[in-house]
Amino acid sequence: MTEILRTSPKKSSFWQGLSRADLIFALAIVVLVAFASIASDAFLTQRNIVNVSRQLVTNGFLSLGMLMVVRTGGIDLSVGSVLAFAGLLATGLQEQMHFSAAIAIALTMGAAVGGINGWLITRFNLQPFIVTLSTMGMLRGGLYIYAETPRYPVDEMFRSMLGGAFVGPVPMNFILFALSVPAVWFYLNLTVSGRAAFALGVNKEAVRLAGVNVGKHLIFAYVACGLFAAIAGVLLASRLGIAQPSVGVGYELDAIAAVVIGGGLLGGGGGTAIGVLGGVLALAVVDNVLNLFNVDSYYQQLLKGLIILVAVLARRKNA
Amino acid sequence: MPHLAVTKIRKSYDGNPAVVDISFAVAPGKVLALCGENGAGKSTLMKILSGATLPDSGEILLDGHPARIARPADAMALGIRTVYQELSLLPHLSVAENILLGRLPTRAFSFVVDWPEANRVARQVLRDFGFPDIDPRSLIRDFGVARQQIVEIAKALVAEPKILILDEPTAVLSASETNALFAKIRALARAGTTILYISHRLEEIFEIADEVVVLKDGQSVLQGQIGKLEQEQLIRAMVGRPLAAIFPARKEPQGEVILEVSHLTRAGFFENIDLKIRAGEILGMFGLVGSGRTEVAKVIFGAEAADSGLVRLNGAPANFVSPAEAVRGGLAMITEDRKGDGLALGLSVLDNAGLASFDRASSYGIIDGVRRRAMVDGKVSELSIRPPGTERPVRQLSGGNQQKVVVAKWLLVEGTKVFIFDEPTRGVDIATKVEIYQIIADLAASGVAVLLISSEMPEVLGLSNRLLIMRQGRIVAELGPDQFRTETVFAYAAGLAPGARQLH
Repeated sequence: MTEILRTSPKKSSFWQGLSRADLIFALAIVVLVAFASIASDAFLTQRNIVNVSRQLVTNGFLSLGMLMVVRTGGIDLSVGSVLAFAGLLATGLQEQMHFSAAIAIALTMGAAVGGINGWLITRFNLQPFIVTLSTMGMLRGGLYIYAETPRYPVDEMFRSMLGGAFVGPVPMNFILFALSVPAVWFYLNLTVSGRAAFALGVNKEAVRLAGVNVGKHLIFAYVACGLFAAIAGVLLASRLGIAQPSVGVGYELDAIAAVVIGGGLLGGGGGTAIGVLGGVLALAVVDNVLNLFNVDSYYQQLLKGLIILVAVLARRKNA
Repeated sequence: MPHLAVTKIRKSYDGNPAVVDISFAVAPGKVLALCGENGAGKSTLMKILSGATLPDSGEILLDGHPARIARPADAMALGIRTVYQELSLLPHLSVAENILLGRLPTRAFSFVVDWPEANRVARQVLRDFGFPDIDPRSLIRDFGVARQQIVEIAKALVAEPKILILDEPTAVLSASETNALFAKIRALARAGTTILYISHRLEEIFEIADEVVVLKDGQSVLQGQIGKLEQEQLIRAMVGRPLAAIFPARKEPQGEVILEVSHLTRAGFFENIDLKIRAGEILGMFGLVGSGRTEVAKVIFGAEAADSGLVRLNGAPANFVSPAEAVRGGLAMITEDRKGDGLALGLSVLDNAGLASFDRASSYGIIDGVRRRAMVDGKVSELSIRPPGTERPVRQLSGGNQQKVVVAKWLLVEGTKVFIFDEPTRGVDIATKVEIYQIIADLAASGVAVLLISSEMPEVLGLSNRLLIMRQGRIVAELGPDQFRTETVFAYAAGLAPGARQLH
């Protein structure tokens, strides 16, 4: 019945959005960067920074897409398969058509897979985990049927315009990612669809009874997630100059990790674009530092797992 | 010697006093009603007695001995059991497992659960309680809220408590279930159990309690024998205003028929429902839990599908297939289950209050954040939602203020022609009730058609222009204000009316 209202100390609206855990994480990244730049000569070189910024684009797009779905209380496990399939389509179809058309087909495929995920989830009231687990498997099988061996881009422009391009010293694909962060922020905070998706992640029935078309907004989030995964796949194939059918296995877990580290709540009700950017950066820097110090990849995995655990513990609500 | 004596209890949270000075004493075998508005300190007092929180100062005496109740386990050891308003059952477990949670009978060196014994004990408790038809093996998730509440109470009864604290136990119960509960309470009291009964419903308090303590602003302001008190005195003590000022004056509706429902049927829930509401009219709908009232409203609102029948809005067919369509058509519905489907508790006041009115503050799907905030802010201060501000999660608001957020959500929608209120004041303090009644009357005065569903008799009698009474999925009577008498309404609702004719 009665709840006791706790008066919170007055804070300016900017700081209200950040929890103490966010600040601790920002600080941890700064400390890590400082440590790495002192301990390793290679870390703060332009070459290394360019490398890291290009590498984090893949997980960056996947994580932003995942965030949109996680905010609805869902999850999308199919992003790794979408990424691989999109890369194959964007490169493989170049023999038949201009690469821009191939890319358009790849992106459409990603959005369509998202749409199917979202439709299945809303239409039949299924659990997102199960639906996307199933599409993940089907799509991986499908893409091997489509292309058992790697595909190489035919058109040189495909590489030089996207994965290999620079604007000044900044890699093109990183710019695309950097632009999509405010775009996602805009969607989450300032669009009807974004706010409705957020609300339905907390209480779907309340949103439905408020006269909001729940299905439309839920499906949109999955479409956006599929599209982002396809973009990640196209950019990856363009950067590497090869599209492997085996790529992307387990990438969905990295994306989920970045969302969670950035303050996203599985089950809905939390997560911001800035937070995800932080999570992606943190994972990328840790990866890079460990690589520079030639740490065995087994330890890398162990450490990444530990970081996720610490992140979740740090953000634990004081019960 | 009193069984339980509480002296000068005091408790603050972060410097905000929740309980300032509560003192009372109750003899063994008595039923003591605790009443007061939200924020009066009932919950805190209950938490203190059940060991969920410690008082800052004051004394609790059990049979004359000071009791220190630091943890729930201490309270249980002293024989104090509490049935909270929020159900705490585990839906995927059986009735027996829930009732005996933490104390399941075992055999083979406490290693194997003795299910036959567990089911026997549970069945015994339920039978003594007056519910022999509940199978201890069925799963809680298959039950409606009323049955769940019964199991929740049975869970407290199995411990054979010396002091039983019940918080609004009848909020979701039907009349027959309430009668069974009251019979059990009287039996327990005769056997020497002391009962603290918390309720908003004054009729109930007069029916079941021996004594009453009124709390206001964290203080016990009145204690007395129930036989020596008038309802009027209690209300005055709780709110500091007389009963007459609770309901706004009734106005005669002048307008055209706005909503017309004919032969509406949903198999298994209700059949052949006919009703008309005119502009400016408040049509009351009374019925016991399970009579089909809420389902009728949900079908009109498009949240559930009808099997047959016609809904007309301003004369045009309006069988809405989704709430989204209904809202576009000019309907608004305040649902009975605020926490379940009225609010997203974890979200801010802004996100909840602005949930139904996106189109007023957005174009092409893009929200004008400043406009939206101003819109919601305006409504928050207009309805004096406390604390002010729109960023706080609604979870942190009191029940009354949460309900005002729900109302604000629908008031922010423009062009609403029909307002459906389903139990608009459940779990709401009296001061907020008065405010909500005024809002309902103002809506009607502005020409909106209002359907008011409630199981609180004074509410439907005090506000409605006409009253429909539902029983077992049918409308059994339509009464005008000259026939508004509690006994008449109740007789129809329970199927006891001497001339209870079926209208259709």
